[in-house]
Amino acid sequence: MTRKISFRDALKEGLDEELAHDDNVVIIGEEVAQYNGAYKVTEGLWKKWGDKRVVDAPISEAGFIGMGIGASMLGIRPVMELMFYSFAYVAFDQMMNNAATCRYMSGGLINVPIVVRGPANGGTSVGATHSHTPENIFANMPGLKVVSPSNAYDAKGLIKTAIRDNDPVYFMESTVLYGQEWEVPENSDLEDGELLIPLGKADIKREGTDISLIGHGRAVITSLEAAKILEEEHGISAEVVDLRSIRPLDEDTILDSVRKTHRAIYIEENKPFCGVGAQIASTIQERVFDYLDAPVLRITSVDAPAIYSPPVEKEQLPTAADIVEKTLSIC
Amino acid sequence: MATKTKKAETKSFADDPINKSLSKDDKIDLLRQMVRVRRFEQIALTEYQNDKMGGFLHLYIGQESVACGTISILGEHDHVITAYRDHGHALNVGMGMNECMAELFGKATGCSKGKGGSMHYFAPDKNYWGGHGIVAGQTPLGAGLAYGVKYLGQKGSCLCYLGDGAINQGAFHESLNLAELWDLPVIYVIENNGYSMGTSQERSSAHPKAGLALRAEGYGMAWDQINGVDLYEVRAKTKKALDRAHNESKPTLLEIFTYRHKGHSIADANADKYRTKEEIQRYMQEHDPITNFKEVLITEGIIEEADYKNLVKEATKEAMEAVKFADESPYPDVSEITDDVYWEVDNNTEAGRTGKHFFH
Repeated sequence: MTRKISFRDALKEGLDEELAHDDNVVIIGEEVAQYNGAYKVTEGLWKKWGDKRVVDAPISEAGFIGMGIGASMLGIRPVMELMFYSFAYVAFDQMMNNAATCRYMSGGLINVPIVVRGPANGGTSVGATHSHTPENIFANMPGLKVVSPSNAYDAKGLIKTAIRDNDPVYFMESTVLYGQEWEVPENSDLEDGELLIPLGKADIKREGTDISLIGHGRAVITSLEAAKILEEEHGISAEVVDLRSIRPLDEDTILDSVRKTHRAIYIEENKPFCGVGAQIASTIQERVFDYLDAPVLRITSVDAPAIYSPPVEKEQLPTAADIVEKTLSIC
Repeated sequence: MATKTKKAETKSFADDPINKSLSKDDKIDLLRQMVRVRRFEQIALTEYQNDKMGGFLHLYIGQESVACGTISILGEHDHVITAYRDHGHALNVGMGMNECMAELFGKATGCSKGKGGSMHYFAPDKNYWGGHGIVAGQTPLGAGLAYGVKYLGQKGSCLCYLGDGAINQGAFHESLNLAELWDLPVIYVIENNGYSMGTSQERSSAHPKAGLALRAEGYGMAWDQINGVDLYEVRAKTKKALDRAHNESKPTLLEIFTYRHKGHSIADANADKYRTKEEIQRYMQEHDPITNFKEVLITEGIIEEADYKNLVKEATKEAMEAVKFADESPYPDVSEITDDVYWEVDNNTEAGRTGKHFFH
């Protein structure tokens, strides 16, 4: 039987393996070393790898993220942790201007093999400043790649691939998932000896025939809960499609699913305006309009800054009940 | 506001070992480099007025000794990164006039294939990492290049240039903190020309009279101030910072007093309004680093006036040939707009072929 480990431990295994795989991989971030990580994702790595490979940064995101970008131009592979992805805004010029455009403006002479990872989620009652989900913002910028895993297995396979990728990859996680466990095989049980999941490959998390519930990150888990209810209580067979990587994007898997089910809802914890779902909905109507039996719908957070009030914030984010209700409106 | 340049006190700095070791030809080469930069830019300005290029053109005219002096002492593992006033650094690291001029013209033969423009020259094969458009945005990258040098165990450094207008940006202060905290071999070079665009130092920076380099004190970082008119002084004092980077892996903040003869950019219509005409004239006539070094070399008996005229002539010819090269070069094809965005796509790797990267 395959072992089960948490999302947090899966990420840690991925980081640990990449520290071993390439001497130029270095983890830098606030509290990642001696404190063992604000969310314990890097726990034990400093003790194992030492000062050179796991580095505590001062609270100085523009400085240390920019520094990582500069170092990456010389072939270092910094894996930078943002304690919260909300802090990306403090480093916005570095992440948006420098990381994304140095290659382009040099006519392809430079590349920036950096990973910036950290939690990008609401739902933990930390208020609006700490609950941003900027995957759509960064995915808007050509030159950047954006990844948002929904489970431990994908998190491990994707973080390893992201670190080996030669372009900047922004890797957005969810603290709500950190403690949850999934089956993640030991390397010894894998044919290739390690778990690598390509960017740009979506994954069908559940097969279905009546509607495609498409999403990324934790919204996929919520969609799986909804799919179970839809089947058990309403006899509706929902297919759940997990983007895994937002840019590059696996359009084929999305479109194949919609051709089969003829109905689609995009679910995400982001806000609705120009969200990832807007892009996907546009693609679906443009490419497979004739297959559709209903308008493409979107489910997002309620369109306001993240509310603090703990029970109310749970309602601000997409719930399984929201997904069931919206599905029933078009099925 | 006038900057703190002054006539060169060449005597002492000429005797510094880094200058003492220069051969006659080396000294002529230094003058040639400054003249090349100036003629390149003067001719670029003419071509700008001829409508051959768009956007901004931030000229380095008057500041040539800074790039020339500092870059002339660098070695194999020393890196260079600067802001948008980047033509002088580019030519001094060894980039050719052809690819630099073609870049201004937006041509496919430009150093960045016409994708960067005046503010974004790059030549990583010459340890030159741009050419950056956002004020102080390059300063964390400079710390990162130094971090990379150190991480790789090389004896090297990064010279990271910034204007005096960049010193009030947060990214710069974060960079200073990281550089000193982590013993990064980075040398921040403030090219202090007295004006952040049209705003004088008195109107933009606290305690400008004490000197901008003193801000290093707040981080416990070594600093120095340099009269940019004197090429020998620039070299001698930068060498001390370079030795500190190489031997102690410690950063330095240098403030080099200089003056730009032209406006902030070609688009600066007020270049002679926020500064008096008299001030500009005085700097052009009495504090010009090229005239100054020419006179030094004449005094040293190394060149005569005619040799200098010959250098100007050669540089003019080279720049005019670069204009011809740029003129005759093709523009990038529209289909090339999406090249050079992702390394994996450009190199047609499996990762580059997986998933959709572009959405037009």
